[in-house]
Amino acid sequence: MNFNQTDDRRMISDSLRRYLADQYPVEHRIKIAYDAPFHDAKKWGELAELGILGALVSEEQGGFGGEGFDITVVFEEFGRTLCPEPMLGNLMGLRLYAAFAQQDKVDAIIAGTARTALAVFEVDAFTDTGEIATTASKTGDNWTLSGRKSLVYGGHAADTLLVAARTPAGKIGLFEIEASAADIHSYAMIDGGGAAEVGLDNVAAICLSEDAAEAIEAALDAGRLALCAEAVGAMDVLKEMTKDYLMQRQQFGRPIATFQALQHRLVDLSIEIEQARSITIHAAGSLDTPGRALAVAKAKNLIGRAGKLVAEEAVQMHGGIGMTWEYAGSHYAKRLTMLDAQLGDTEDQLRRVMELMAA
Amino acid sequence: MDLNFTPSEDAFRAEVRSFLKDNLSPELATKVRNGEELGKADLEGWHATLQSRGWLAVTWPEEYGGPGWNAVQRHIFDEECAMANTPRIVPFGLGMLGPVLIKFGTEKQKADILPRILDGTDWWCQGYSEPGAGSDLASLKTRAIREGDDYIINGQKTWTTLGQFADKIFCLVRTSTEGKRQEGISFVLVDINTPGIEVRPIKLIEGGYEVNEVFFSDVRVPVSNLVGVENEGWTIAKFLLTHERTGIAGVGASTQALHELKALARKLKRRGKPLIEDPLFAARIAEAEIDLEALRMTNLRVLVDASGGAASNTIASMLKIKGTVIRQNLNDLARRALGPAAAPFPVEALAGNLAVAPPEAAANAASYFNNRKLSIFGGSNEIQRNIIAKDIFGA
Repeated sequence: MNFNQTDDRRMISDSLRRYLADQYPVEHRIKIAYDAPFHDAKKWGELAELGILGALVSEEQGGFGGEGFDITVVFEEFGRTLCPEPMLGNLMGLRLYAAFAQQDKVDAIIAGTARTALAVFEVDAFTDTGEIATTASKTGDNWTLSGRKSLVYGGHAADTLLVAARTPAGKIGLFEIEASAADIHSYAMIDGGGAAEVGLDNVAAICLSEDAAEAIEAALDAGRLALCAEAVGAMDVLKEMTKDYLMQRQQFGRPIATFQALQHRLVDLSIEIEQARSITIHAAGSLDTPGRALAVAKAKNLIGRAGKLVAEEAVQMHGGIGMTWEYAGSHYAKRLTMLDAQLGDTEDQLRRVMELMAA
Repeated sequence: MDLNFTPSEDAFRAEVRSFLKDNLSPELATKVRNGEELGKADLEGWHATLQSRGWLAVTWPEEYGGPGWNAVQRHIFDEECAMANTPRIVPFGLGMLGPVLIKFGTEKQKADILPRILDGTDWWCQGYSEPGAGSDLASLKTRAIREGDDYIINGQKTWTTLGQFADKIFCLVRTSTEGKRQEGISFVLVDINTPGIEVRPIKLIEGGYEVNEVFFSDVRVPVSNLVGVENEGWTIAKFLLTHERTGIAGVGASTQALHELKALARKLKRRGKPLIEDPLFAARIAEAEIDLEALRMTNLRVLVDASGGAASNTIASMLKIKGTVIRQNLNDLARRALGPAAAPFPVEALAGNLAVAPPEAAANAASYFNNRKLSIFGGSNEIQRNIIAKDIFGA
C-alpha cells in the first residue's frame, strides 16, 4: 500500500493551490460568490490552462487523468479556498460527454472554451432519477424536451446543458441542449456560487443516449466524490482557523484554548476530519470498480455528518465572530453545511448504503 | 399531581387566542411565518396592538402598566403568540430595562422612562458585550469618567441587536478600575443621538442585518442617567441574567417550529411519497418531538414551582441549553427537509418566484444559520455549563 499521491497529481495540486491562493483570496471569493454571475468568468480559461479540466477525464478520452484521485486533488483545493467556479457541473457534464464519445465537446471543455452543466434534479425528484418527469419526445429524427429542472449547478454559466429526461420508452435518456434555448433563471446559493432553474418548453435537443441512467449515476458519483474532497479541504482550513482563534482569543485572563472543555472539542473535530479524509480516499480508490456506488455513498454520508459537526462547532467556538459575514469562517461553515444537500444528503446516502448492503 | 391546566388557565388561553385571531393581520403573520426580515414599523405596530389590550409589558406589575400575569399565564401567552406567528416582543425595553428600573430605578426614572417604553416613544437597545468582553463580560473596558455632573464615555459595544432602530441604549460601563473587576461597573442610560456615538451595522452569516457595533468617543451623559448605585452595575447585570429566565426555554417558538416542520414534511414529496412517510426522516422528527415534550414538562415544572418566575440559576441554564439545542435541531430538520432546495438565497427565492421551496420554507436555511446565535448569545451554552457545574461541584 502507498498513500502518497503520484508526482503528476502532486504537481496539479501544488500549482492549483498556488494559483488559488494568489487569484482567489477569500475576500475576493466572498465579494464575487453572491452576486451575478456568481463566479469570476475571467478565471476559467486560466484554470483550464493549469490543466484542471483535463485532469478530470482519462487519456483515452482526451484528458490526462480521470481517476478518483485526480478528481479529489482538484476539489480538495477548491474546498480550501471555497472557490465558486462552476467546476462541479463541468466535472459531471465532461464525464458524460466523454462517456458518450463527444470528442469535440470534451476537447472544448478541457480547453476552457466551452462550459456545460448537468440538469438532472426536479422539485419532486431531488435524489431519485426514477421520479424524473421531464419528457423527451421524438418527431421524425428530432427530439424536443419539456419540463423543469431544478438546482442545476453551473447552469448559470454554461453554454450547453446535459439534460436527463424520460423517453417515450420510459427510460431515462441523456440529451444535449443549447443553454440559450432554455428558460434559465440563475441565482446565488446561500453558501455562495450559482445555480439555475431551467424551464424547458419543447426545446430542441440532441440525444446522446436513450438509456443513460447508469452513465448518469456514474457521473453523479464522480460529483459526490468531488464534494467529499471539497469538504475535506474546507474542513482542514476551518479547523485551523478555529484553532488559531482559540489560541488568540483571551477571556478570563487567558487564551480560551487553555480550557480543556474547548480543547477536547477541537480534538473531536480533528478525529472526524481524519475519518472524513480516509473515507474519501476509500471512495476515490473505488470510483472505477464495481464497489463504486457503495463506497461513494459511505463517503458522502460520513462527510455530511462530519461537515455539519465541524461547521457547527467552529461557529460555536468562535462565538459571535463566527456568526458574521465579514469573517471568512462563517462562509466555510455555510459551504460545509449546504454541501451535504448537494447530490443526495446524509439520509439519502444512508438509505443507499442500506439498500446496497441488503442487495 | 395534576398535569392539567386549570379551567381559568384554559379560559385565559382561549381569550389570548381569540385576541390574536382578531388583531394579527394575515399579512404580518405570513411575513413572520416566512422568516422575512421585519422592519421597525412591523415591530412597533405589533407592540401598539398588544399595548392597546394592556398585554405588552408582560413581566411588569400592574401598577406600572403590566397585565399582572403569573408565570403560567406568560407561558400560555408565549405559546399562543408563537403558534399564531406574531412578531416577537422586542425585549430590550420591555423585558430588560423595564424590570431593572422597577427594581433599581428612582421614582423619577420610573415616571420618566417606563411610559415611553410602553407607548413606543423610545426604542431601547443593549450595550453589554464588547469586542474583548463576551463570555467574560466583567472584563468590559468602555470607560465612563465623571466630570462635574456628567460622565464622559469612551469605548465600544458590540452585538447590539436592532441598534439601528434605537433611540436609547442602556450600557454597562467601567466607572472604576479599583478592586475586583465586577466592582467598578455601572449601569448607565444613554441617548443614542448624543454627539460622539456611531452605530455601525454588522452583516450576519446568512446575510441579514440585526446587530451592530456602537462606538463611543467623548460621549457626555448626565450623572442622573445612572441607574442604581455607581460601581454596583454588576448587581443589575446579574439581576437581569436571572430575572424572568423561564421564557428562556423557547417552548413556544419550538412548538411552532415543530408544527411547521411536520406540515412541510407532509407537503414535500420524496421518492413519490410524502417525506413524513420516509422512516429515516420521520424518525428524526419523532425524536425532536420527544425532546420537546420533555422540555415542555421541565419548563412547566419550573413555572409552577417558581410562580414568581425567578428560577434558580441552574435550572435557567439547563432550560437555556436544552431549549436552544432543540430549537436549532428543529431548524436543522426544516432545512434538511428541503434537501438541495434550501440552497437559494431566500430573497431570490421569494422575489424571483423560483418555487423550488414553498414560500413558508424558502428561508429555512437562512433561519438555520441565523439561529446558530441562540447557543452563543445571552451567555453562551458553554458559560451556562459553567454555571451548572459550579452548582453541582460547589464554587
